[in-house]
Amino acid sequence: MNANIEIALTVNGTARSVTVPAGETLLETLRERLALTGAKRGCNQGVCGACTISVDGRPVRGCLTLTANCADSEIVTIEGMAIDGALGRIQLALEATGAVQCGFCTSGMVIAAEALLQANPHPSAAEIQTGISGNLCRCSGYRMIVDAVLLAAAAEER
Amino acid sequence: MDDGVSSASVGRSISRLETREKLTGAAKYIADLARPNMLHAAILGSPHAHARILSYNTTAARAVPGVHAVQTGADFPDGRMGAFVKDEPPIAQEKVRYIGEPVAVVAADNEAIARRAAQLIEIEYEELPAIVTPEDALAGNAALVHEDLANYFMVYDAVRYGNVLSETTLSEGDIEKGFAEADIVVEGEFETPAQAHVAIEPCGALAEIDDAGRVTLWSANQSVFRVQANVCESLKLPMSKLRSLTPRIGGGFGNKMEAHVQPLVVQLAIVTRRPVKLILSREEDFETVRVRHPFKIRMRTGARKDGTLVARDTEVILDGGAYGDDSPGVLGYSMLMSRGPYAIPHARAHGRLVYTNKIRSGAFRGFGNPQMQFAGETQIDEIASQLGIDPIEIRLKNALRGEGPWFLGQKLASNGFVECLERLRDMSDWKNRHRAVATAGKRRGFGIAAGAHISGLLGTGAIVRLLEDGTVVLNTGAVDIGQGSDTVLAQICAEALKVPLDRVAVASPDTDGSPYNWGTTASRVTFTTGRSVAMAAAEVETQIKELAADMLECAAADLELRPGGFVGIKGVPDKQLPLFVVSLQAHWRRGGPIIGHHSWVFDRPAVDPKRAVATGMPFRQIGVYSFAAQAVEIEIDEVTGKSEVIKAWSAVDVGRAINPASVEGQMDGGFVQGLGFALTEEVVFDQGRIVNPTLMDYKVPTARDVPHTMKTAIVEAPEPDGPFGAKGVGEIGLVPTPAAIANAIADATGARLRRLPMTPERVLDAMLPAEDADAP
Repeated sequence: MNANIEIALTVNGTARSVTVPAGETLLETLRERLALTGAKRGCNQGVCGACTISVDGRPVRGCLTLTANCADSEIVTIEGMAIDGALGRIQLALEATGAVQCGFCTSGMVIAAEALLQANPHPSAAEIQTGISGNLCRCSGYRMIVDAVLLAAAAEER
Repeated sequence: MDDGVSSASVGRSISRLETREKLTGAAKYIADLARPNMLHAAILGSPHAHARILSYNTTAARAVPGVHAVQTGADFPDGRMGAFVKDEPPIAQEKVRYIGEPVAVVAADNEAIARRAAQLIEIEYEELPAIVTPEDALAGNAALVHEDLANYFMVYDAVRYGNVLSETTLSEGDIEKGFAEADIVVEGEFETPAQAHVAIEPCGALAEIDDAGRVTLWSANQSVFRVQANVCESLKLPMSKLRSLTPRIGGGFGNKMEAHVQPLVVQLAIVTRRPVKLILSREEDFETVRVRHPFKIRMRTGARKDGTLVARDTEVILDGGAYGDDSPGVLGYSMLMSRGPYAIPHARAHGRLVYTNKIRSGAFRGFGNPQMQFAGETQIDEIASQLGIDPIEIRLKNALRGEGPWFLGQKLASNGFVECLERLRDMSDWKNRHRAVATAGKRRGFGIAAGAHISGLLGTGAIVRLLEDGTVVLNTGAVDIGQGSDTVLAQICAEALKVPLDRVAVASPDTDGSPYNWGTTASRVTFTTGRSVAMAAAEVETQIKELAADMLECAAADLELRPGGFVGIKGVPDKQLPLFVVSLQAHWRRGGPIIGHHSWVFDRPAVDPKRAVATGMPFRQIGVYSFAAQAVEIEIDEVTGKSEVIKAWSAVDVGRAINPASVEGQMDGGFVQGLGFALTEEVVFDQGRIVNPTLMDYKVPTARDVPHTMKTAIVEAPEPDGPFGAKGVGEIGLVPTPAAIANAIADATGARLRRLPMTPERVLDAMLPAEDADAP
């Protein structure tokens, strides 16, 4: 059951190989083996969304995803969202609206919001509220985050 | 303190200085830190609410490969910590007082081993009668949660007996006379639950010991100095042996103000001589840190027929849980808030704080004030409704105006309350509110509530240092817990020195090098620390001018700071020096940098002995007052009873908004935390055991549960003591919220709810009698 398994995957565009116990979560692998600590452990049971990671383009809970099931997957973490120091559209919009407070939910929120825009490029405020409702934020009250996603979607149109 | 003309930094909505760090995942929180050779720790919690510890058997745990230390209450020093009463050991000793209380702690090669080993520790207990409610605590022959209460060191005088840790009594005017003058009196019992803070970052700490035996401690905290005091008191360490530092903080709402696991990791680091890290799971965070005090409030408010409020009498019981923590402060402060922001001539408040065998209650955004305003603002609404007076009009009629004074006699140097009410009335189009038509199957209602909150309390300081190249390091010891104080303080510093913001670096709080700061609490950092920053910068300005006067051969009084980092002769534009030239001179000729230092404590007394009588108040000086008024529009589903807040408006007097977007962020976040308190959040206990210690079962609002339309109007009634006129905004956003929502529910349904949270079930239950009463 806890035998180690060698897994090849791509993390933020780089091919990586890790040898992990079968029960290890993707969140543990990223944080402890690959030193990518941007994804956070907020509840470790899939509710808070602070560990949201993109796996093959889908936002998943890092704490509920087994690394052993990610063989040959394309993993993108918050560390991979800015390319050569240039922030992505959600990141820029969050900065512009002043939505970032403590920052602990931010990594997961960016991944979730980006996935939302991939699926629905022009969401309404209500659709954004639903789309990010799996990611808890205790600081902002969400308004500025929703405004940021609206802004990012509008920026895409221009 | 300022001409208010030059506003290079102050008044601008600058995004957090560390925003990019946070947006790219680079920001390091406690769980992200690691040290070479580091061990990981886990706790074992008590299975009993109240029991005597008879024996420990740690043999099996110690035998687990990879375990380096197992420590129980028998191994820890027997010091006692606490901000107001020193009643709490570093880990349970002799007795356990709540379910989940750490009784043993393990350090191992990794977290999994530590957790497994902790479960192998055997502890023999003798169960004692559990005190699970305040009524249990006050019963005649109740078991004592703390047998040694009378011997504990307390930092203020209070009546204490049995399970009663503190009593506060405040009065002004003649309460009997007041009620005799009243034409109507409303009376009610209100109950509010334990609310969990649920900062998305769980609590944790990392300690490392050096070869000389000195410990460095990083932890999720709201005050590096309170961490140092708590650890050293409970472990009986000289404070010089502990250096307390902070990484980025993933939210703090009072939960990180006093100790959590810091004493445990320090003990393990001392015993193992290796770095040790302990990060709580979400469940442990729920079960072992602290909660908002459950309140039971009995309140009476009397008014004349014309709506003039004449008397208020308040009686409360606070459930403090197993340890004192910040509870005496919450009790005293909530009593001080019991009259609300109104000129009620006759008022009395009496409160008792009791120990129970539950998780400790402590500081939580609002510090007892949201509970009091839930009762007080509901009663004002009831009076308005019974007298047929508009809810905003009755508040305007009774509002504290000008200097006030506040309950007990403190004069208000700044007071924007009336303007808050007026702005709220305009922005919410209050008079046309009932034109909106409810969605089919729903009831629509509008409610308002108001409140005030202090910023202030206890010591703070700042050191502003001009480096050789003219850039600036600002060192305050104030922990930015995500609310943005680093940015605001840097804005104040840059403004005062007229230098660009990017020339000001903010030093991370460090008990070795920072000036004392009580903590990021009491909405105090912008106001108290900001004032120290401005005053320290003024000292730097004085020294710059002294040196520059020599260099420019003029009088210091003829010099001025100029935008961009220059000092020059007034009226002579081409006679100026860049600050780096002056600073270089300071280093070369005076032997060191220009340094400005300032520290202070708010010094205006809260109680005027000629007006009022107060006993059991832990603070003599409190702070200055910010004001707010809030309105909400809600819809209630007639079938399910579920309340949905459609829109929310706030008007808030912050003196001066140093960073308007940050003010709005505080108001939004506060409102939504208050919305959760009002509608969904409750830590549910069963015989002292928390039955919902997970985010599945404890419901904090998600993005779907809140209105997207949340508007904040910023009112600026400048505070003479504040930096550039500023006062605090950290807590006030949720102070009126539960009452505003309750008043909206009453408007929609006719039903008054006096117990939080106002769940769909409770709303439906309350609607039924209201409907029966309406029936012909």
